[in-house]
Amino acid sequence: MSSIVPSVKPPRLAVREAPPADASSVAMAVDRLNAWFAENHVLRDISITFPKQQVTALIGPSGCGKSTLIRCLNRMHEVVAGARVKGEIWVDGMNIYGEGVDPVQVRRKIGMVFQKPNPFPTMSIYDNVAAGLKLNGVRNVSVLDEAVERGLRQAALWEEVKDKLKEPGTGLSGGQQQRLCIARALAVKPEILLLDEPCSALDPIATAKIEELLHELKTQYTVGIVTHNMQQAARVSSFTGFLLLGELIEFGTTDRLFTNPSDPRTEAYITGRFG
Amino acid sequence: MVRDPLMARRNWANRLALASTGLCALVTVSVLFFLLGYIAVNGIGALNWAFFTQLPKPVGEPGGGMANAIVGTGKLLFLASLIGVPIGFFGGVYLAEFGRNGKIAFWVRYATDVLNGVPSIVIGIFAYVLVVLPMKSFSTLAGGFALGIMMIPIAVRTTEEFLKLIPASIREAADALGVQRWKTILFVVIPAAFRGLLTGILLDLARVAGETAPLLFTALNNRVWSHGWMEPTASLPVMIYTYAIAPYEDWHRQAWAAALVLMLLVLVVNGGARMVLPRRSVVV
Repeated sequence: MSSIVPSVKPPRLAVREAPPADASSVAMAVDRLNAWFAENHVLRDISITFPKQQVTALIGPSGCGKSTLIRCLNRMHEVVAGARVKGEIWVDGMNIYGEGVDPVQVRRKIGMVFQKPNPFPTMSIYDNVAAGLKLNGVRNVSVLDEAVERGLRQAALWEEVKDKLKEPGTGLSGGQQQRLCIARALAVKPEILLLDEPCSALDPIATAKIEELLHELKTQYTVGIVTHNMQQAARVSSFTGFLLLGELIEFGTTDRLFTNPSDPRTEAYITGRFG
Repeated sequence: MVRDPLMARRNWANRLALASTGLCALVTVSVLFFLLGYIAVNGIGALNWAFFTQLPKPVGEPGGGMANAIVGTGKLLFLASLIGVPIGFFGGVYLAEFGRNGKIAFWVRYATDVLNGVPSIVIGIFAYVLVVLPMKSFSTLAGGFALGIMMIPIAVRTTEEFLKLIPASIREAADALGVQRWKTILFVVIPAAFRGLLTGILLDLARVAGETAPLLFTALNNRVWSHGWMEPTASLPVMIYTYAIAPYEDWHRQAWAAALVLMLLVLVVNGGARMVLPRRSVVV
């Protein structure tokens, strides 16, 4: 397992080819990614790999760039006015920042769940989960039914809502809404699921449910999660990256990073000396 | 407790602020109710079945109605919506969803506000030059065109404002599902703002329903039925104006009745739409 994980800093990779890392075990490889908000250089030369069917956590203090990084992974960063990205991210042998790549297509393969649950306000629970398919032209009812049930089951929400699929999604509790958003992201069958602090607006019980869910999800999906909560990272992830001031300070297995960090800044952060 | 002179003064200032703002709010509401009541009291007497079904009678002959003016106003508003709503609505969508804080959006907003400030009589002359002169006839078409132009700026700004109320997180959610922007706007953002959007459009329509000046040069007036779209037509506001300045007691009563009908029309359209619309589309 540790063979695919660089111990301190990922190696610098060749420019114009897919990273030579063991392709069968890597879902996503970020190569010297830089990002800006207008003139503000918020990510500097980030290189990191996301192993297949594992949960990879990104931790770091507020403003370190972890949310920006995860938003770069499915080209959501550039949605903000004035935002800019340079670098390469390889998924399935394709650079998602390559020329002629449509960000809309990228986002269909790489789903995202946000900090605050954001179900579509006018849609029922069913329509929320089916939205990704419906809005992309799927009309076949049995296909939609199947996708909705599968999404809700994978998000561990099916049992709670199966008798009220026609009710508005906004009528659910915060934790249920967040799982609805996870179901919505899963219904389009993405390859990778990204979660940007998915539990920060939830109570401890709802948080525990989502964390439990992540363990289930990694059997089928590659998961990337940003969290400001180190305990959460330790609980849910197999790999962890630590960011500080826009740089990836350290990346490794979660076990090693939390027990035996190699960079003094990582150690200072995980032992609570700042952040 | 010890009396603190500073606190006493602050309490007085607070009471004064509450009283003065409350009074102004009360005056606002009173003006509306006084207006409604006064028009109702004066207009209700002349309101009868004939008012809605008959044409105006010649001077000196009692009775008659304003059927042609009621239908005329309906036709004018229909034409105005046909022009004003799509242009205003899509213009507003552009500003809220695409133009945002860009330079083009800034100038569009500026131009919209200037257009909104153009006196309505000037809009009337504009329509006169553009439609009446080339066609050599006053017409419903020209009147509807003038009212349609008047609808655009308010439709643009209300559409923009109501779309902006939809949180960015909703658009983000759709973006992250790999949905194209236009589909997100059409199937997610607009439905979420629908209630507000429709209210804005209806208020806009209500505003131009009472416009008189732009019709004087365009739709003119008509004592009989106006056929099709190319003839001059009667309309409620112009009839109110004509009848109110005439020296006949009977016409004055009918002018009050017309004013009442016009106001009820506006109230019913507005209130009705608000009640019928589903609550769920309220902005979260």
